[in-house]
Amino acid sequence: MASKRANEELPVIARFEVRRRNCLAPDGSAVRPLPAFAADAKLLVELYRSMVLLRLFDRKAVALQRTGRLGTYAVSLGQEAVSVGVASAMREEDVLLPSYRDNGALLWRGVRLEEILLFWGGDERGNQFSGPVHDFPFCVPVGSQAPHAAGVAYALKLRKEPRVAVCLFGDGATSKGDVYEAMNFAGAHKLPVVFVATNNQWAISVPLRLQTGSETLAQKAIAAGFSGEQVDGNDVVAMRAAAEEAIAAARNGTGPRFIEAVTYRLGDHTTSDDALRYRSPEEVQAHWKEEPLARFRSYLVGQKMWTKADEERLAAECHERIEAAVECYLSTPPRRPETMFDNLYADLPETYVAQRHELAGEDDA
Amino acid sequence: MPEVTLVEAINLALGRAMEDDPDVVVLGEDVGLNGGVFRATVGLQERFGSERVLDTPLAELLISGLCVGMAAQGLKPVGEIQFMGFLYPCLDQLVNHASRMRNRTQGRLTCPMVLRTPHGAGIRAPEHHSESTEAMLAHIPGLRVVMPSSPDRAYGLLLAAIRDPDPVVFLEPTRLYRAAKGEVEDNGEALPLDLAFVLREGRDVTLISWGAMVKETMAAAEALSAERIAAEVIDLATLKPYDENTVLGSVAKTGRCVIVHEAAHTGGFGAEIAALVAERGLSSLLAPVIRVTGYDTIVPMARLEQHYMPSVERIVTAARKACQYN
Ligand SMILES: Cc1ncc(C[n+]2csc(CCOP(=O)(O)OP(=O)(O)O)c2C)c(N)n1
Ligand SMILES: [Mg+2]
Repeated sequence: MASKRANEELPVIARFEVRRRNCLAPDGSAVRPLPAFAADAKLLVELYRSMVLLRLFDRKAVALQRTGRLGTYAVSLGQEAVSVGVASAMREEDVLLPSYRDNGALLWRGVRLEEILLFWGGDERGNQFSGPVHDFPFCVPVGSQAPHAAGVAYALKLRKEPRVAVCLFGDGATSKGDVYEAMNFAGAHKLPVVFVATNNQWAISVPLRLQTGSETLAQKAIAAGFSGEQVDGNDVVAMRAAAEEAIAAARNGTGPRFIEAVTYRLGDHTTSDDALRYRSPEEVQAHWKEEPLARFRSYLVGQKMWTKADEERLAAECHERIEAAVECYLSTPPRRPETMFDNLYADLPETYVAQRHELAGEDDA
Repeated sequence: MPEVTLVEAINLALGRAMEDDPDVVVLGEDVGLNGGVFRATVGLQERFGSERVLDTPLAELLISGLCVGMAAQGLKPVGEIQFMGFLYPCLDQLVNHASRMRNRTQGRLTCPMVLRTPHGAGIRAPEHHSESTEAMLAHIPGLRVVMPSSPDRAYGLLLAAIRDPDPVVFLEPTRLYRAAKGEVEDNGEALPLDLAFVLREGRDVTLISWGAMVKETMAAAEALSAERIAAEVIDLATLKPYDENTVLGSVAKTGRCVIVHEAAHTGGFGAEIAALVAERGLSSLLAPVIRVTGYDTIVPMARLEQHYMPSVERIVTAARKACQYN
């Protein structure tokens, strides 16, 4: 008791708080005055269309995988608002550093559906995509793109370019040193970078409570010297607003920001996973009530920005786009074997030319 | 005796080791309820509890470092790294700590840990899931590097690895996890870690391989027999420290040596064996040593990976060439 009293006499030298942002309730009603961009009906509809396209594309990709025409694939089911919302707040010249589950962000930035299929179909040409040339490809080794984001941001700052690096990763990734190290450096140098953790509650079968003892992921930014905010990741308006603010702050030289987007992985981890092994259908079912598409559609319909006819037209349009992309992907023949030596180095060293010839079937030695 | 797959044999060995020794602890990503992404640890958490079968946060460096700490306390940790492509953050712990704890403390602290990880290409996995970088590990003094190629060897060698008083990296051929089936008696009997296995005897040419490539190497030996070439096949199984005597003895008999590995050519473990034969078996050589390997490039993704991996045909051609040399 005595020591407790003594402790209370010690001065508090720092206090922190973490805020949570949401704009739309699960039923689609606005819970607070919406940000300025919400007056732009065209933008809102575009956000909605992108999320629908992503969901339908995912469905097709899984069907392709199940019939042996695509490799392992990770769906965004339930998380569409995160990658789409964040990417929509970026400028073309900003730099995206995505994880393997951020199809939504790539699509928004101009990557073509067939390029995404090529990548997951096991063809390196999928990474030579139509998105901004400076964007990074999908990152498979979890969290390892975070230090790249800090490096990109350092380069942008060094050259005094008003551009921002935007790095997306999962809740599992926040356990890796890569992520802490990147945030720490970014904080120390006040770099123009925004880190977005898509907290979908699961890293394959590992639930968040085994990942960290921390109350929020957002507060991890505080130790790195910048602010973190928790956002309803099923609310695309909130996601876009949070990203817009964070990116603007980073662009204005006030340093990094961290966004914890709280959502839920409604699907299996990937097509190689069976989530029923480790979580109950009831749990998943409960989260369907909060999913991002229905919520946003309700809002749009309520605002007279969207109709049933629009919905039908959109479905048909998406279907057509997806089928065309699948057709393009399936009719792209594999590269010739020797191309595995293409772009290994700027110029293939003489030492390896014979190996390339052997692959090309030009070796008769 | 029941037939099991290679991954089931791993599971049997883990269960047996945990049953026999309360100090054995299994840790890694998704090893608990999910039973590991390849199901190598399936059922273990149910049997031994979540304190001994521990789902770690997503952090490979942590997994390897935890193993070092636990091992120094006398536990026998068996860490799982989900794919070899994610092993590299562990190198700090392996090179700077696990492999040298005994030496730098002159035996005061030791490191009886095992780090298991799937190895190699051939399952149409995404990027970063297909590399074979065993030579890098075999270059680390103080470490043992083991790679089984059949269910019975997986069972016996994993038990040996867990019981071994020093750190072992245990590489499991992903391509054989379910493809390789065989009889395994769950009798708790370990196999020696420092002996190679002669899988087929022959006097004309020695074929040396390990891991998944043993399959193609055996098929090549079979094809060669139709041409009246009797190939001896050695599964090296333990790469560090490896069984030099079996290699040299076989080459002394056949005079011809072909080494087969999936890893890239330059600096692969085949180079080590070729050097051994050049240094200590030169007088018995009737032909140059030949290496049949992956190419010196990034392992391509699914669409081209079959072209990357040594084929039966490439092995046969090499063996034939060795036999025709004079
Ligand atoms: C460094 C590393 N370790 C392990 C894996 C295997 N793996 C792929 S995804 C994943 C879980 C990632 O969880 P999280 O970061 O929450 O992202 P999510 O998949 O939920 O989007 C694991 C363990 C990997 N790709 N990279
Ligand atoms: Mg997650």
